Amino acid sequence: MCGIVGLFLKDKSLEPKLGEMLSTMLVTMTDRGPDSAGIAIYGGAAGSEAKITVQSPTPAKDFAGLQAELEQALGQAISVEAKSTHAVITLPRDKLEEGRAALSELRPDIRIMSSGDAIEIYKETGLPRDVVQRFGVAGMSGTHGIGHTRMATESAVTTLGAHPFSTGSDQCLVHNGSLSNHNNLRRELKHQGMRFETENDSEVAAAYLTAEMAKGKNLGEALEGAVDDLDGFFTFVVGTKSGFGVLRDAIACKPAVMAETDQYVAFGSEYRALVSLPGIEAARVWEPEPATVYFWEH
Amino acid sequence: MPTFDLAITPLRDLNQALHDVAPGSNDLHFEVINPRGSHAVACGVSAPVAIDVQGNVGYYCGGMNEDATITIHGSAGPGVGENMMSGTIVVKGDASQYAGATACGGMLVIEGNASSRCGISMKGVDIVVRGSIGHMSAFMAQAGNLVVLGDAGDALGDSLYEAKIFVRGSVKSLGADCIPKAMKPKHLERLARLLEKAGITDVKPEEFKRYGSARKLYTFHVDNADAY
Repeated sequence: MCGIVGLFLKDKSLEPKLGEMLSTMLVTMTDRGPDSAGIAIYGGAAGSEAKITVQSPTPAKDFAGLQAELEQALGQAISVEAKSTHAVITLPRDKLEEGRAALSELRPDIRIMSSGDAIEIYKETGLPRDVVQRFGVAGMSGTHGIGHTRMATESAVTTLGAHPFSTGSDQCLVHNGSLSNHNNLRRELKHQGMRFETENDSEVAAAYLTAEMAKGKNLGEALEGAVDDLDGFFTFVVGTKSGFGVLRDAIACKPAVMAETDQYVAFGSEYRALVSLPGIEAARVWEPEPATVYFWEH
Repeated sequence: MPTFDLAITPLRDLNQALHDVAPGSNDLHFEVINPRGSHAVACGVSAPVAIDVQGNVGYYCGGMNEDATITIHGSAGPGVGENMMSGTIVVKGDASQYAGATACGGMLVIEGNASSRCGISMKGVDIVVRGSIGHMSAFMAQAGNLVVLGDAGDALGDSLYEAKIFVRGSVKSLGADCIPKAMKPKHLERLARLLEKAGITDVKPEEFKRYGSARKLYTFHVDNADAY
């Protein structure tokens, strides 16, 4: 069992409240997944800048002096904003790959949670309430976001085993369920050049979508392929820089409820996750159909 | 009429009050407001009370119900009326997966659509769905009646035993050992009774098709009796 929440805003006036709305939604799903929690939030894509979100088990040591050392390595002014165990590094987009390489040289213990123009990922073990509090998620603004509360089944309770998983620029995936062909698929994806950080089944699903989109598919098309290529139980909610998608396997035993108004599209593992949203009483509320791709784009 | 506001009252207080209704009590009408998707609302009631739930509920609303009449003025999450024994549950909106699972008696009416596995392993309940039902409905259904005014999804009635299924719309596919069967006068009478009991007056029994077990699976062959 796990809990998923997602919110894709149509009404720009709600953007300053995205973090607050997502935090409330996430905490309602605590009893579906008290092991760990995570959130991916999309926002603040600005001009020629890109962002890398990193995590460190020893943030005091790793983040100290990081900005100066990265600036020296890149010959370029950048910013590093530390938030508890995570830090968001903002740098020119054309320095993104160089920055990632410099990071792994300078701080080999640092893990990259996400990189891209708009995405930031924060995830840790612990209760969802504590996780959103330590990162100040309620104060974040954005266009869309996805959250996950985890009750681990397929791999250990660790920061890296928490969701969301990001395997490509501005991409993320959260998963409720368990995949049965992930080992084989991971092997095939490794042959295609994908890299994996964990033994987690959900990371394989994320990498599968990344690999398919790298072949030129859009998110919706990549999700269509997942219906045939992924074996097991899943409800996925996925994000891209401008898109938001939902897919359930053909058996559809993992719960899902969606709501749509003129202001937003929202996803919850249960209706409880949606009750705090504005205008929910008048929203169109429905259960997504099995093996059917749902996909919205800004 | 006692009213429980679940925005301020713990769910346990509501369920305890419902379990404490003494025989001969005159206070037999309860109202529940602000359920906000709560689980296990009005579970395990065993008294002839009427309960109006104003809003959407989560998992297992009215589970194990005996004698109570529960009306959900909203939609229900997974497992509404699971293992109900008697009484009536009416869902004014939609119901999520496995509505009426394993239920032994009484009537479950869903005025909207029901999701997958509606009536899975039902054991005597009557389920009437005004809308459509999802895949794998009435899987291993043993007894009772499933009446669907709309359409049925894939694998309807897979591994069915003695339950009877009536569908007015289309059936996407039939499950293993489930076959269309002739609608005889006694079935039309049965269906008319069920529709009347569910308060449905705008459709006729003749508009439905009947489905049931072909009784060809290995469980039906006496040669396999000592396999268990």
